[in-house]
Amino acid sequence: MADQQVDARGKNCPMPIVLTAKAVKALVSGQTLEVLATDPGSVKDFAAWSKTTGNEIIEQTTDAGVFRFVMKKK
Amino acid sequence: MDDSINFVVFSGTDDKLQALAVMSAGAAALEKKVNIFLQYWALDAFSKARIDQDHGLAPEAGAEGRAKVDALAKAGQASWMDTLRMARELGGIDIQACSLSMDLLGLEESDLDPLVDGVEGVTAFYLNAGDGQIVFI
Repeated sequence: MADQQVDARGKNCPMPIVLTAKAVKALVSGQTLEVLATDPGSVKDFAAWSKTTGNEIIEQTTDAGVFRFVMKKK
Repeated sequence: MDDSINFVVFSGTDDKLQALAVMSAGAAALEKKVNIFLQYWALDAFSKARIDQDHGLAPEAGAEGRAKVDALAKAGQASWMDTLRMARELGGIDIQACSLSMDLLGLEESDLDPLVDGVEGVTAFYLNAGDGQIVFI
């Protein structure tokens, strides 16, 4: 179970990333965040966000159009 | 700062301001410094008296474009001002009004929405932009 959750289902770009960045700010290093998103750009956006900010994606699944990511704060 | 992105915003239609909000929010999420310089009709759209009004769309939108923008808004897309407000909470976004445009529009700093951090001239804008990219909207 992740330390925090963000439900960004139904939200358009860039809200999933903005909500994620905001939630990660509130975490301490090593804590995890689970994000649910339906924005079709999510997979590429979260990969780019992870690469740029250094916060690692430790789990990634897709189920019925819902993208799920678990991020670990660097 | 090399890693800054700097928007000079001239147009005040809702679609162009939405583009500004999305580009700024994405950059802020990537921890880039974002400087926004509001001129002319973009500045007008950030006045307290006008921010919540309909600012229309760029001419190329046409009736069909209007319908598509309305449909996305109805489906729950955040407005440009709400997107900017949320993005600002990430830090790193600074929004300045162009002092010449303030004179042009007859605005005082107290007439501007709290989203706007201050008033500056073009020289201060360039100084803050440094070697970062400058984008004109």
